[in-house]
Amino acid sequence: MTAIWMAVIGASLTAFLNKYIGHSVPEKWLDRPRFKRINTLVPIVLLSALVGIQTFAQGSELVIDQRVAGVAVALIALKFKAPFPVVVISAAITSAGIYNLF
Amino acid sequence: MFINPKTNPVDRTALSVAFTVGLYGAAFGAAGITAGFSILQTCLLSLLLFSGASQFAVVGIMGAGGTAISAIATATLLGFRNALYGIQMAPILKVTGIKRILSAQITIDESTAVATLQENDSDRRRGFYVTGIGVYVFWNLFTYLGALGASAIGDPAAWGLDAAVPAAFCGLVWPRIKKKREFLITAAAIALALLLTPITPAGVPIITTVILAVIFGWKK
Repeated sequence: MTAIWMAVIGASLTAFLNKYIGHSVPEKWLDRPRFKRINTLVPIVLLSALVGIQTFAQGSELVIDQRVAGVAVALIALKFKAPFPVVVISAAITSAGIYNLF
Repeated sequence: MFINPKTNPVDRTALSVAFTVGLYGAAFGAAGITAGFSILQTCLLSLLLFSGASQFAVVGIMGAGGTAISAIATATLLGFRNALYGIQMAPILKVTGIKRILSAQITIDESTAVATLQENDSDRRRGFYVTGIGVYVFWNLFTYLGALGASAIGDPAAWGLDAAVPAAFCGLVWPRIKKKREFLITAAAIALALLLTPITPAGVPIITTVILAVIFGWKK
């Protein structure tokens, strides 16, 4: 088996295990206010971190490029309560415009 | 369950998210081919692994000459958040057997994000399944198209896709930031992730921010 096949099958298996384990943790573990508070914050920190990485990271380097402008426009659109597709499309147009012009 | 994006706001959000994220699957398809994966291997990652960040990590690491072990380890680390999402969704979905297996497979950033935005459990379930199944269908369809036309789509940045994805995530985080405290947590998470980016392997900066959730959530 080639290395690529090992990576495809191995990573798919652990990905499913991650997902399935989460669904199988006993419910009584969750019936604690502290756990619930932490768990509510988990998607906030992970999604925020994802936004940061996807906006500024290029591999292991931090860069400022067209993505920053795109995300900034998205934040302005959100501030003005724009609907979701407008937020995403305005970000894409801004980023693509800067990328293709310069 | 009838999906009606015209009258149902949950469906509207879910399908917007599913389509936008799904479109990015084309970039993944292209990335897979560029990294030396076959069309079959690229499509299997979308069908079986089904977690965008982990998939990009696998093809990125293998394409750069990394080992299978490092690709698997990074993808697993990136996918650990799906376990946390599963913990959050299980009490709402209340499913067992084959339904739990299928629900687990679509437990990703987007399905959990749309679900947890809703006000009641019925809408949460609807948000979860419409988003999860929607992303699965579009993501796999566009992975295949992207792999087929790898050279045609070329550079995802030329289409603004590199900014569209973080913009989509902004739209999902935004409604959760209601108080100054939550804004502070968001800022801290971004700062920590960026601080760790140059000094830790891919995947570590994102998963480490869970520490912030523990710190801020420990005391009321």
